[in-house]
Amino acid sequence: MSDTATEIHVDRDKGDFKYEESHKYDAGVGLSEKTIDYICDVKGEDDWIKEFRLKALRVFEDKPMPTNWATKDLENIDFDKIRYYLAGDQRAKKNWDDVPDDVKATFERLGIPENERKFLAGVEAQFDSEAAYSNIKESVGKQGVIFMGSTEALMKHPEIFKKWFGKVIPTGDNKFSALNSAVFSGGSFIYVPKGVKVSHPLQAYFRINAENFGQFERTLIIADEGSEVTYMEGCTAPKFDTATLHSAVVELVALKGAKIEYVTVQNWANNVFNLVTKRAIAHEDAVVKWIDCNIGSRLTMKYPGVVLKGKRARGEVLSIALANDAQHQDTGAKMIHAADETTSNVISKSISVGEGRSTYRGQVHMPKRLKGCKNNTECDALLINAKSRTDTYPAITVRGDENSVQHEASVSKVSAEQIFYMQQRGLSEAEAMSLSVNGFVNDLTREFPMEYSVELKRLIELEMEGSVG
Amino acid sequence: MNLEETAEKSISSAFEKHLAASDSTPSWWTEFKKDSFEKFSSLPMPNRKNEYWRFSNLKGIKIDDYSFGEHALIEDAYDLIERSSILCQHSGSYVFADNQTVHMQQAAAELREKGVIWCTLREAVKHHSELLRDYFMKQEADLGSEKFAALHSAFVENGVLLYVPKGVEVEDPFVVYNWATSADAAIFPHTLVITEEFSKAQIVEAQFSKNEADRAFSCGVTHLFAGCGSKIDYTLLQDYNEQTLGFQINSNIAGKDATVKTASVNVGCRQYRSETHGRIKGAGAHVDMYSLAVTDADQEIDQRTLQTHSAAHATSNLLFKNALQDSSKTIFSGLIKVDEGAQQTDAYQTNRNLLLSNKAEANSLPGLEIEANDVKCSHGATTAQIEDEEIFYMLARGIPRHKAQELIVYGFFEEIIDELSNESLAENARRIIQSKFQKNA
Repeated sequence: MSDTATEIHVDRDKGDFKYEESHKYDAGVGLSEKTIDYICDVKGEDDWIKEFRLKALRVFEDKPMPTNWATKDLENIDFDKIRYYLAGDQRAKKNWDDVPDDVKATFERLGIPENERKFLAGVEAQFDSEAAYSNIKESVGKQGVIFMGSTEALMKHPEIFKKWFGKVIPTGDNKFSALNSAVFSGGSFIYVPKGVKVSHPLQAYFRINAENFGQFERTLIIADEGSEVTYMEGCTAPKFDTATLHSAVVELVALKGAKIEYVTVQNWANNVFNLVTKRAIAHEDAVVKWIDCNIGSRLTMKYPGVVLKGKRARGEVLSIALANDAQHQDTGAKMIHAADETTSNVISKSISVGEGRSTYRGQVHMPKRLKGCKNNTECDALLINAKSRTDTYPAITVRGDENSVQHEASVSKVSAEQIFYMQQRGLSEAEAMSLSVNGFVNDLTREFPMEYSVELKRLIELEMEGSVG
Repeated sequence: MNLEETAEKSISSAFEKHLAASDSTPSWWTEFKKDSFEKFSSLPMPNRKNEYWRFSNLKGIKIDDYSFGEHALIEDAYDLIERSSILCQHSGSYVFADNQTVHMQQAAAELREKGVIWCTLREAVKHHSELLRDYFMKQEADLGSEKFAALHSAFVENGVLLYVPKGVEVEDPFVVYNWATSADAAIFPHTLVITEEFSKAQIVEAQFSKNEADRAFSCGVTHLFAGCGSKIDYTLLQDYNEQTLGFQINSNIAGKDATVKTASVNVGCRQYRSETHGRIKGAGAHVDMYSLAVTDADQEIDQRTLQTHSAAHATSNLLFKNALQDSSKTIFSGLIKVDEGAQQTDAYQTNRNLLLSNKAEANSLPGLEIEANDVKCSHGATTAQIEDEEIFYMLARGIPRHKAQELIVYGFFEEIIDELSNESLAENARRIIQSKFQKNA
């Protein structure tokens, strides 16, 4: 089997389509104070936002690249060749009929048919920088749920937005969160009032459609006491020759007893640098669950975190990464325990195909004086071909004698016996491989919302097609 | 001139003195020392930019106020020799006090006739220069302490060489004692073991302090070279006093079908940095790496390990266990690296930390870097405390709480002690652990 398994042919065309671009606003190439002036002017932002951006720009310029621990591939990002702001039309569309036809066609290919809207509680899809349309189902709006683009929210609800904006992830957290803070545009803003349980998931699809264009969306979700919300994001992007940068910041705040579930399926084209900072604060009895799937991109660096700030708070990260040729999925999780009886769970599964490389980086921190804190971490890696690569780098700090942590990781390949067994029963080698890989991630995909687990299964089948034989 | 420059200068003049005092032949030896000192001076001190020093107490690493290259008068050598008694039966022994030989027992005539070499580094430089040239400091330090390995090479003047020729099997272990005796002493224990094809040897190294009060700086290196089909079993008992700053840079190379077992028992030092690199270079090799540490007060024991699999069909297994009391801190940072082509590798790494105080801190960084696909690798790390049920069980049987806790910790370590190949060594390891607990009782 090893002989046949060295050749990899993957159909990368599935997200590889683009449409004519016409941008009314274009901040040009490169980043300087002028770029920020331009963005602020176009958006008509308040002075405090402009100051926030300018301060972030200085932090960004001062911070070194994290190449002492991260991959050297980061050095290939040329910040002077990136467009930091582009927008088709400044105002988000509210009505499906107003959405341009070519945008509709894009969504059709992505698998968001018009009628799906009826099921979804509200839709906020991003086409380049600004939301192409946003629509909240009336019933959800009546409950007091605010779901809109972050630009719009900054104008309309500064009293809620400002309180948490940049508080979970400070500007200086890392170089890319600083970059995002300087040039952010787009992204979602959700506020769920006390006790409101949003029955349908809120959803946004993102897509890049301009060469050399980075997308810097900023998402903030606040779930007030006792509320519940699920947010889903999925991305595909067309393929281009030069690298594209995607650097989002996602902040979640789960107040007392609230529940937030954040689902991502990331399938950027594999020229995209996907450097995302995601973090949540969980107050007393709150639950935050990150579900994260990384299929696409050239390099993804993303370590969703939960700061467990209140008693009995719980944080979870469930992640699946698939790294194919020329891809590096550098993902992981951070669990910062800061109150008694907080619990966290991290389950990470990665699959490396061809010359793909997947990396798990984790951090679990339990300071002293806490008691009854528990963490469980499991990382499993599957290596398909001889040149596939995987790394695991967890860091665990525990102080005090009343907390416990367990961490386990394993690396293996699909057993030749399994493949042989299935081939004996008439399956092709590729089918058998695909079935095995789906089996490997099955106990995780079961945890996902139904439609995502189906979509993911399809994506894995697609990736595994042609990986053998 | 800033503080660091002054420090460099004082070490630099100590080095000049050291060089002038030692024999200038052979020339390669002197050249090597000069190059090493230059390397030491050019490399930066550990800093936060280096991932290998993550979580370490960098402020605790100050070496400039120790006396380098001094030859203190060893006053109570007889007492030290008396106390150098962890093994009743051995194939040969050396007792060093502040780098100076105070006692030796040579290998049996029968072994010497077979070509076994058991001598000090000083003798090896004179009589086995060619052998030393091929093996001395030939395993690069690559886990963060490159600067200190260079410092070791510059100042090292004593230590042991054990060479076992092809096919010779030595049953009883060789033993070497490194004593830190005078205040502010800087000592450089060096242990070099070479086993040729199908030979077998056991070696035990003890690192002790003469008293509890005088601080010292110990910067040791142990290199093991296990030739094709040979077996090396190495045990280190480190029980310096708790004023001492210690570095131990260990590395081993396992050739085809070789078996290497290393075990460390670490209880001493104010701050101790241990680096262990197991290099699996031959197919079919098997490497075991064991360690246990007991910490108390504000001790820090910082362990970095690497298992590099460069050849196929090899196995390695690592188990590091730490029990922490008071405000002490441990770091375990381990990596399994499987190179491309090292198929059918079987590698494991486990770190278990037992927190016995609410102020202790255990850091665990177990890592994997896998570039071959047909492998079985896993790691596990747990940090927890003694379960109330276990204590309750013993309390109900009339065992007082502190005693119950002690017994559970002894049980926790038995898994490692069982792996020590020699019963009297195991007893000594138990005694060292117990006396550490009794000190606090």
